[in-house]
Amino acid sequence: MDKMPKWADIVLIPLISLLLAAFFSALVILAIGENPIEALKLMVDGALMRSSGWGYTLYYATNFIFTGLAVSVAFHARLFNIGGEGQAMLGGLGVALCCLYVPWPHWSLAILGASVGAALFGALWALIPAYLQAKRGSHIVITTIMFNFIAAAILNYVLVELLRPVGAMDPASAKFPDATHLPSFQDMFSTESNKMFRGAPANVTFFLALAASVFVWLLMWRTKLGYQIRAFGHSESGALYAGISPVRITVIAMLISGALAGMMSVNTTMGESERLILNSTEGAGFIGIAVALMGRNHPFGVLLAAILFGFLYQGGAELALWTSIPRELIVVIQALVILFTGALDNMVREPLEKLFIAMRRRNA
Amino acid sequence: MTAPAIELKGISKAFGPVQANKDISISVQPGTIHGIIGENGAGKSTLMSILYGFYKADAGEIFIKGQKTLIPDSQAAIRAGIGMVFQHFKLVENFTVLENIILGAEDGAMLNSSLGNARKELKHLAEEYGLNVDPDEVIENLSVGHQQRVEILKALYRKAEILILDEPTGVLTPAEADQLFRILDRLREEGKTIILITHKLREIMEYTDTVSVMRRGEMTATVKTAETSPEHLAELMVGRKVLLRVDKKPAEPGETVLDIKGLRVVDEAGVERVKGIDLTVRAGEIVGIAGVAGNGQSELLEVLGGFANGTGTITMNGAGIPLSGHGADGQARRAAGISHVPEDRQREGLIMEFAAWENTVFGYHHSPEIQNGLLMDNKGIYTEAEAKMQRFDVRPPDPKLAAKNFSGGNQQKIVLAREIERNPDLLLIGQPTRGVDIGAIEFIHQQVVNLRDQGKAILLVSVELEEILSLADRVVVMFDGHITGERDAAQTNEKELGLLMAGITDTSAVANGNGGNDTTQQEVPADG
Repeated sequence: MDKMPKWADIVLIPLISLLLAAFFSALVILAIGENPIEALKLMVDGALMRSSGWGYTLYYATNFIFTGLAVSVAFHARLFNIGGEGQAMLGGLGVALCCLYVPWPHWSLAILGASVGAALFGALWALIPAYLQAKRGSHIVITTIMFNFIAAAILNYVLVELLRPVGAMDPASAKFPDATHLPSFQDMFSTESNKMFRGAPANVTFFLALAASVFVWLLMWRTKLGYQIRAFGHSESGALYAGISPVRITVIAMLISGALAGMMSVNTTMGESERLILNSTEGAGFIGIAVALMGRNHPFGVLLAAILFGFLYQGGAELALWTSIPRELIVVIQALVILFTGALDNMVREPLEKLFIAMRRRNA
Repeated sequence: MTAPAIELKGISKAFGPVQANKDISISVQPGTIHGIIGENGAGKSTLMSILYGFYKADAGEIFIKGQKTLIPDSQAAIRAGIGMVFQHFKLVENFTVLENIILGAEDGAMLNSSLGNARKELKHLAEEYGLNVDPDEVIENLSVGHQQRVEILKALYRKAEILILDEPTGVLTPAEADQLFRILDRLREEGKTIILITHKLREIMEYTDTVSVMRRGEMTATVKTAETSPEHLAELMVGRKVLLRVDKKPAEPGETVLDIKGLRVVDEAGVERVKGIDLTVRAGEIVGIAGVAGNGQSELLEVLGGFANGTGTITMNGAGIPLSGHGADGQARRAAGISHVPEDRQREGLIMEFAAWENTVFGYHHSPEIQNGLLMDNKGIYTEAEAKMQRFDVRPPDPKLAAKNFSGGNQQKIVLAREIERNPDLLLIGQPTRGVDIGAIEFIHQQVVNLRDQGKAILLVSVELEEILSLADRVVVMFDGHITGERDAAQTNEKELGLLMAGITDTSAVANGNGGNDTTQQEVPADG
């Protein structure tokens, strides 16, 4: 029998972890001489109370959904893909090439094409570490993190030497053609009288992210490929017994993971900057790890966790704008959330399990 | 009457919602062998762990020689004169016997004096109890039986008066087991008290003075061994009447299904595990492979199951099957009509975190009848799982429960249901009843015999000789990667197989009359 009900595992534990993280964040804010309640109010106001705030929150969330899904798919195969950052960077290159060199008639076709390009480049960037892990036993944590640096260097080279328009000073590609402009939330939801999501970068890619969540859910729990990935992740010896090839599953899981991470760039490169710039990923690849941890590797959990981290990103920017709290503090808060939801999971889990067992015994 | 060597009064221990020990009281007289028997999970190990200070009891008292004693840790247990020989030895493999014996009981900072004293003491113990081991030999060079002696010596060196042995014969050949019991007899004569934990009824009946039966955390009976019978003990363990013998008619073997020629298997470390064996299994017969664990049986199963590489030739229904490279995997084997109940159901046969229903298609997840377009037909799989669990009496019959939440016997039934209902031509089955309760053993054996009677070929690997003898029609013995003998199950006995298992092929002294005209066993040593 399970030690506690499922809802407690899925909802209660992350919630308590989150509250603990909030509590310690409040202590930190107190320590630098600001009022934590005020700070929270500012964050909520800035990120959730106005539609433009939501526009930013959901823009960030879109990135985190993709990278969170990427990490969680790999996790199901017991592979720790921390190369989401590099895969997203290369995905950006895929998006840029698609947008710059293919004459798209309409954005709806362009986003499909760019998605394929992003997924392809991201997947290829994950393929090499996957192959090294499967065939050579090189640890995927080491190789993927190395590949982040290589990706950054490649991107730098490509932008400075190849894609930079003649005469331009900054390392960025030319602006994408107008036909590839993706409708932002402002374009989609504003009416004549009422402008919604004013100036916010959230765009149609958010719905692509939702579709990706549904896709991952179907893949993991409704197809035999997902069945094999999960079986392999739980027990490699079991997989061998069942005739599931570890090499094949390792490579496939990483290809899917890399493709999802790469697709994040559709949101940043095509949806926001509309040209390829350096550092458009802004660490979203790493946030994906926290999002996957907190979301319990389930697409729905990833979605919720991504929105939470989107809130933290946007709220943090507001804090930096209006108070003397530096923007870096938000990194501290995020780190605390990761610490409590990921690393210190058992600290909350064990007492809670004991509590449920005690309650059950009393009721029995 | 002297004070009992050890007496437990009202011991209780709970782990979360599970009551592992419920109000247990026993009293063991000095100079006796006391058996504790019970199924897996009955609470035997918990009780002994409390006695050795690993767990603290929630309630109850322990008396040693009439003195109330607290045992908060294993040091206290040792001081109280309790020694423990675990099922899995706690020895440092690359230390010598002598070094292992003083480990944790050194006299001072310098090793030399401890080693000197220990050497003398060891010599003395060896003479007194017949426990001969070379003190300077490194542990990893010793046989399993000798390693176990070192464990016993360790306890005696620490002045143990009460010796607890947890499933001591699980890893021994029958001959080694005999030697062990001779040593235990000697210890009893010298006044030591021995507690023997086992699930083997035969050992209890042959060697103990008194026996306690545990079931679901409770002590259901304590009886004098001379006044009970195996059937009665089995009934006490399970709570109902149990059939100890498999009920089957003689085999009617047909065509050869599996034909193995010159099979060799080299493991990952480069050690040759199977050294060229020839073996056939025909339709409608159960071939049992006997042998002490680690003599190549597991590797044989792995190659047949498609998850280890080998060389040689194997044909299945006349068609060759690849032993390495492409086509040598579990999927190809299943397609060739081979089903496999693996030795280790927890690491191989099941995904412990998966629900029971997901496990009922494990290995067969490619089958077209469970696909629904691009997706898997989860609803259909679930419904079929429910029916399967009914047919195989899996308890609780809840397909949503994760595999890890079933008992060993019920986990095995899930695997069996999956593999048998695929209607294979050949069933490979390894350790079918390891960690399985007596009640379920009966059921599992019956299912295997039923499959045989449908004309299927069955290759059984088991380290339990009793199981091989009662289930198999033909017995093949493996030792050190070779086949040392093949016998008709109906015309052999444990003694003969025991010799073959130790690599001794001259078994004329203990064999049953080959022509069937002389079944008296005059030449068998009479110490039984």
